[in-house]
Amino acid sequence: MRRTWWIYLIGVLGLIAVAAPFVWMLLGSFKTQGELLRVPPTWWPQEPTTRNYGDLFGKANFPHYFLNSTLVALVVTAGNLIFCSMIGYALAKLRFKGRNALFVLVMATLMIPGMVTFVPLFVMVTNAGLANSYPGLILPFLVSPFGVFLMRQFFSGLPDDLIDAGRVDGTSELGIFARIMLPLTRPALATLGILTFLGSWNNFLWPLVIAQTEDKYTLPVALALYSTGQNAQNFGLLMAGAVVVVVPVLVMFLAFQRHVTKGIAITGLK
Amino acid sequence: MSTATLQEKSARVRPPGRPSARGRRPLDRQTLAAWILALPFVLLFLAFSAGPVIGSLGMSFTDIKQRDLRTPFAVNGVGIENYVKALSDETFRRAALNTAYFVVVGVPLTLVAALGAAVLLDRGVKKFQSLFKVAYYLPVVTSIVAIAVIWRFVLSPDAGLLNTVLGWVGIDGPNWLASKTWAMPSLIAMAVWRNFGSAMIIFLAGLQGIPQSVEEAGQLDGAGSWQRFRYLILPLLRPTVLFTSVVTGIGYLQFFEEPFVMTQGGPLNSTVSVSMYTYQQFGFGNYGLATAMSYLLFVVIAVVTFIQFRLLREK
Repeated sequence: MRRTWWIYLIGVLGLIAVAAPFVWMLLGSFKTQGELLRVPPTWWPQEPTTRNYGDLFGKANFPHYFLNSTLVALVVTAGNLIFCSMIGYALAKLRFKGRNALFVLVMATLMIPGMVTFVPLFVMVTNAGLANSYPGLILPFLVSPFGVFLMRQFFSGLPDDLIDAGRVDGTSELGIFARIMLPLTRPALATLGILTFLGSWNNFLWPLVIAQTEDKYTLPVALALYSTGQNAQNFGLLMAGAVVVVVPVLVMFLAFQRHVTKGIAITGLK
Repeated sequence: MSTATLQEKSARVRPPGRPSARGRRPLDRQTLAAWILALPFVLLFLAFSAGPVIGSLGMSFTDIKQRDLRTPFAVNGVGIENYVKALSDETFRRAALNTAYFVVVGVPLTLVAALGAAVLLDRGVKKFQSLFKVAYYLPVVTSIVAIAVIWRFVLSPDAGLLNTVLGWVGIDGPNWLASKTWAMPSLIAMAVWRNFGSAMIIFLAGLQGIPQSVEEAGQLDGAGSWQRFRYLILPLLRPTVLFTSVVTGIGYLQFFEEPFVMTQGGPLNSTVSVSMYTYQQFGFGNYGLATAMSYLLFVVIAVVTFIQFRLLREK
């Protein structure tokens, strides 16, 4: 047992290395501009202020970006839950021509870099008149190969007897899916839901090119433009902005962390 | 049990796509249901994934520019000109080298940090295991833009966290992101910090799949903890190592967000990556060239993935 204490020490040092930047961000958001520029830097705010948050929600219109992010993430999550569980069930439990080909095709796209589809997708969405619109922000993310894989894996683990029983009772194929099988996948749906929500909340590049006017910005886009625009030197505002982007996700992640880590462990993908 | 159930059962064990006369009716009902369930996905997938992948290949052989945005089908074919242009472009080659640097240094560091953390949590830190696990995973679920805001402070030359800590031990740290030598290592450090938690979770699942008896047997044979790890645990983890290295490798070959938010590829192109340069060409309106570059990247990813599978599976 002599070794235990220094194993914990390494663990705690790792903890500090991971957590320190976050803690600094949180404390920094309560500092004045002058204090943020002080050399050497201070740890605790000397003159704590909530002015940064006041500016953020008053002048910078962050509540609107917050609502945009929430709206997009909720619709994207709903789409993934519905559509990925539907095809996931079909791939796992129903026999039909082209099933394997479809599955291989879906899996192959996991390997294709986002950059490959980026330009044509942009041209297409722009030509469809969807640039700078909510559908433009949402539609390309309504389904994901990851979601299909996750749901298919989970459905495969459910016993076939339930389906047989449903058929004997005369339930239609779609009824078996919706009323018998789908309710059993709640853990998988929770995993997919939380991962999709986090992914959409943090999504950056696509919203950056598609949201062209301020009223369509999502939080990361707004924060990025603030950190490079005329507010680039307003470090307090940026820190507070980063807190607003990060904290909802952290709270959500902590609440659902078991599902998140289970999903990663099952499929190995984020 | 009724005969209907037996029929269903026999239909189920038959390989897909070969209906027998006896099982035809229920199979057709299944096919119909399957396609109804698959249809929304297939339509969205064709429109927003498969379509653009094919469109990208097509575009890469044309001279399409931003001014052709509204008329993407009225452009001229130029054969492999874009590919030739990309490969003979000095900055593109610089970007390829930078990406290789990032992958070759970043992937092993990430995997070592992830494996170290996983072993620590699985074998050492029993009490607060889930607390540590959650904490180490936090950066993975954090927005890259917020991470950039934080890390710009960590790496800033005077008031920065890193140089302050280095100052305590008498080291005068450089201006990390403005230095041609240090910008890339800074971004690698940031990427390792951000991503190791993801691979750690997979390693943890792998470690927990190894029965305790394996270690006990090693202990009985007098193997020290390092020997047990090296000769018992690590070989059993081979599939997990393969998997995480492939997944991390695919991700790191697309190295984009870190330079995008931290350096824009600078200073003097020292952190420009292939994805980053592709995006820059898109920004300049050179759509044909940008898609050719992204296809080159895709080919490299496919080849590297294939090699990784071969290397790690054998031996």
